[in-house]
Amino acid sequence: MNVVIMGCGRVGARVASLLDQNGHSVTVIDTRPQAFDRLARDFAGDTVIGTGIDEDVLRLAGIESADTFIAVAAHDNRNLMAAQVAQVIFKVPQVIVRIYDPVREDTYRRMGLTTICPTTTISAMILDHVIGAGLSTSRRGSEG
Amino acid sequence: MYIIVVGGGKVGYYLTKTLLTEEHEVLLIEREPDKVESYSERLGAVVHQGDGAEASTLAEAGAARADVVIAVTGEDEDNLVICQMAKQKFQVGRTIARVNNPKNEHLFRLLGIDVTVSQTNFILNLIGQAIPERSFIHLMNLRYAGLAIVEASITDRSPVANLTISQVDLPVSCAIAAIARGKEVVVPQPDTVIEVGDEIIAVTTLEQESELRDLLVID
Repeated sequence: MNVVIMGCGRVGARVASLLDQNGHSVTVIDTRPQAFDRLARDFAGDTVIGTGIDEDVLRLAGIESADTFIAVAAHDNRNLMAAQVAQVIFKVPQVIVRIYDPVREDTYRRMGLTTICPTTTISAMILDHVIGAGLSTSRRGSEG
Repeated sequence: MYIIVVGGGKVGYYLTKTLLTEEHEVLLIEREPDKVESYSERLGAVVHQGDGAEASTLAEAGAARADVVIAVTGEDEDNLVICQMAKQKFQVGRTIARVNNPKNEHLFRLLGIDVTVSQTNFILNLIGQAIPERSFIHLMNLRYAGLAIVEASITDRSPVANLTISQVDLPVSCAIAAIARGKEVVVPQPDTVIEVGDEIIAVTTLEQESELRDLLVID
């Protein structure tokens, strides 16, 4: 599978390295060349310096033959714009976009993007721990 | 009209100031508190601190009753998302986005922004038309069906000078919307004669823009 990833932070670099190890053809885009240091030492994919909201940069990264585009740069709006360029202009079959703001996540999911919101997911996981523990404490308290 | 302007750079500031003098209700949204304070001193209580792409900021600004949202920040991705949020979450009827990279105009139209304004393209058009004179100007892009509004100045060398509207063989997807004649606006009828000195305002598809230009003016 051909995969283009925008953003080589912790998530981008990890997803890129794992997909590469699984035999997929991966290209990573980032504005800062030093970001590519995060990739696995044996990463065999390509890297492109630039921003994924620029059609020319996406073309250089091979978006025209990509099966999947993943937008995991630091800024929500940049991810949202790049994802829509990939979906509307280049008709990439699968587009996945990370959005921190839950309201924007909800809005664009309704508009047809495949979205992931770490804020909602991580909050739910934390609450699971906290409220679970809290409930058992109060129950003990009332019993005692 | 209630107009929300997002982005307090020079464009946003002067836009707000001008709209206020035209007696519209205007609110300027700006992220940086320092700018908000200084603009509030100069413009009055029409400046709101916040991120215009955040739904909560737009809600506080009363986006649900806004007639127009204009996004003029320096970042295209912010302008796009601000307009899309205004449309999707608050059903704002008309969204206008400043486009910094001219290549994004096409994309913004595809993504539902009603009007895009590209200073870069605007200046390029002026340069392109400045020789020998500014006879044909691309005024604005409309999202619908890839339409543009253009203005043509009629000189004695224009192929359509002294012809009636019905004698002009317009490309199929073009329409003459109005003729500015001195201080008068003439609504074109089939027997209206196009005079030297007329400014013709026309609507055209982007594909037929150059054909229309060749018909109306000589470069």
